[in-house]
Amino acid sequence: MVAVKAAPGRGAGLTPYLFLAPYALLFVTFTLVPAGYGLWISLHDWDYLLPGKPFVGLDNYRALFSSSSPVFDFFWQSMQATGIFTVFSVPLLVVVPLGIALILNRSFRGRTAFRAVYFAPYVLGVAVIGVLWRFLLDPNLGAVNALLGAVGLPDATAWTTGLPWAWISLVGVTVWWTLGFNAVIYLAGLQDIPRELYDAARVDGAGRWAEFRQVTLPGLRPVLLFVVINTILASSNMFGQAYLITQGAPGVETRTAIMYIAEEGLRSYRMGSAAAMSYLLTLALLLISMITFRLFRTKD
Amino acid sequence: MGRVRGIAWYTMLGGLSLVFVAPVVWMLITSFKTADEATRVPPTIVPRDPTVGAYETLFGGDSQTPVLRWFLNSMLAASGQALLVLAVASMAAYALARMDFRGKRIVFALIVATMFVPIFTLIIPNFLIIDRLGWLDSLWALIVPGAASAFGVFFLRQFFLGLPRELEEAAVLEGANSWQIFTKVILPLSKPALATLAVISFLTNWNDFIWPVYVLFSPENFTLPPGLGTLQGAYNINYPVIMAGATLASIPVLILFVISQRYIIEGVSRSGLKG
Repeated sequence: MVAVKAAPGRGAGLTPYLFLAPYALLFVTFTLVPAGYGLWISLHDWDYLLPGKPFVGLDNYRALFSSSSPVFDFFWQSMQATGIFTVFSVPLLVVVPLGIALILNRSFRGRTAFRAVYFAPYVLGVAVIGVLWRFLLDPNLGAVNALLGAVGLPDATAWTTGLPWAWISLVGVTVWWTLGFNAVIYLAGLQDIPRELYDAARVDGAGRWAEFRQVTLPGLRPVLLFVVINTILASSNMFGQAYLITQGAPGVETRTAIMYIAEEGLRSYRMGSAAAMSYLLTLALLLISMITFRLFRTKD
Repeated sequence: MGRVRGIAWYTMLGGLSLVFVAPVVWMLITSFKTADEATRVPPTIVPRDPTVGAYETLFGGDSQTPVLRWFLNSMLAASGQALLVLAVASMAAYALARMDFRGKRIVFALIVATMFVPIFTLIIPNFLIIDRLGWLDSLWALIVPGAASAFGVFFLRQFFLGLPRELEEAAVLEGANSWQIFTKVILPLSKPALATLAVISFLTNWNDFIWPVYVLFSPENFTLPPGLGTLQGAYNINYPVIMAGATLASIPVLILFVISQRYIIEGVSRSGLKG
C-alpha cells in the first residue's frame, strides 16, 4: 500500500482500463455474453436451420421433466450415464492419487523422474488416449484381453460393448489418464504441511497411521476440497472417452449428458432444448459443489 | 533405506511406471507393424516385420484424411492461442496486480467465478457467436474464443503479486510510464511464468477435442484431435495407421513435456492449489 502511494499517477485515469481492454473484449464476447445468450436461447424453440425461432418460455425446461416429451428418456438416460461415471471415477481419482502423492513425497533418488512418468499420460489429449485405449481394449484384437489370456484369465471380455465392462473401461482409462494431475496437486499440498507438525506428532509417540490421520489429512483439507470439486466437475464433463472408446455403446448406455447435449444442439441443431439441458446440468453441478463445500466445512 | 527394502521400493515404483508407459510404448510399436501383425493373437512385442507402411498410408491419405494439414493446423492454432493468451492475459494481470481502479474487485471476482462455469454451457451460444463472426469451420474459431480463459489472468496475476516492487519504483523515479514499466521491467522478470503459461496454453489447445469436433466441418480444416476420430472411422481396424496418427499427435506434446516438465507440473500444481 505504501508503495502504491509512493508512486502517484500509476493506475490513474484510463491506463488500467486500457491494459484490461484486450482481455475484457474476449472475456465479454466469449464468456459473459454466451452465458446470458445461452439462457435466452433456452427460452426459444431455437432450430439453427429454421428462420423462425419462436419464444416458448420455459417449455424446453418443462419438456425435460415431462415423461411424454421426446427428449425425456434420452436426456435422463444420459444424465444417468454421467452420474454413474462420476460416482465411480471420483472416489478413485480422489484416493489413488493421494496414495501416489504420499509415495512421491518421501525422499529418494529419482523422485522427480517418477513424478514426471506418472504425470505423463495427462499431457496426451483425450483423442490420443481415446483411440489408443479403443485399440488396447478391442475385445478380439486388443492387448488387454491378450494379456489376460496369457495369465489364464478370461480373454474375451467385451470391454467396449458390454456391461458393466464398458463402464469399467471408461473409469479405468480416465483414472489412468488423469491420476497424475491430482497427484501433483496433492504433492504440492503435502509439501506445504510444516515439518514441525510431524516432529511434534512423533514426539507424542504417534504411529504412521495416527500421523496420517492427525497431521496429513487435516493439513490437506483445502487441497482435498479443491481436488474433490475439480474432479466432480471434470468427471461430469466427460465426453471424449465415451465418444471414442465406447461410442455410447451398448445402445446408448454410456452416452453421457455432454454427448447427448452436443448431439442434440450441434448435430440435430435443436439448440433451445440443448441449452436448457446444459443449464439444468450446470445447476445440478452447482448444487453438488455447494453440498461438497458444506460437508468439508461442517467437519470442523 | 536398507538394500532389500530399496530393491522392493524401486520394483514397486518401476512396476507403477510400466502401467503408465507401456500403453504409450505399445502405440509406438504398433505404428511400425503391418496391419496383419498388429492384430495377431497373441501379439508380438517386437515387430517381426518392422515397416513404415502405416506412416506411408497416413501421409499418403486421401482428401478425407489430410494428416499433414491437420498437423499444421494444430500447430497454428496452438501457437496462435498461446501467443494471444500471453498478450492479453499479461496486460490484464498487470492491471489487476499493480493498479488501483474502480471496479477492480468486481472484475477480478467475475473472472475467477467463470473458472467454475462448466465449458459445455458456453458451447452452444459460442457456436452461434462464432457463426455470426463468420469463423465457423476456420482456425479462428480454435484460436480466439479459448483465449478468454480465466486461467492465464489468474496465474500471471498471482506471479506479478509476488514480484518485488523496488525495480518498478526505480523505473518510476526515472520517469517511466506504465507501458514502459510493464514491457521493460515486469515482462523480463516474468519469463519463467510466461513460459509456463505459454506451454500450458499450447498443450490445452493442442489437445482440445469437443470444440473442434463441432465447429470444424471440412477435413482440410481439422486439427489432429478431431482428425484422429476420423482416422478411427476411416481405417476401422487398420490399427497401425490409427496408432501412427496418435503417435504424430503425441510427439510434439511429449517433447514439450520432456523439455519443460518441471514448469508444467509446478504450474499445474500451484494454480491448482490456489484455484
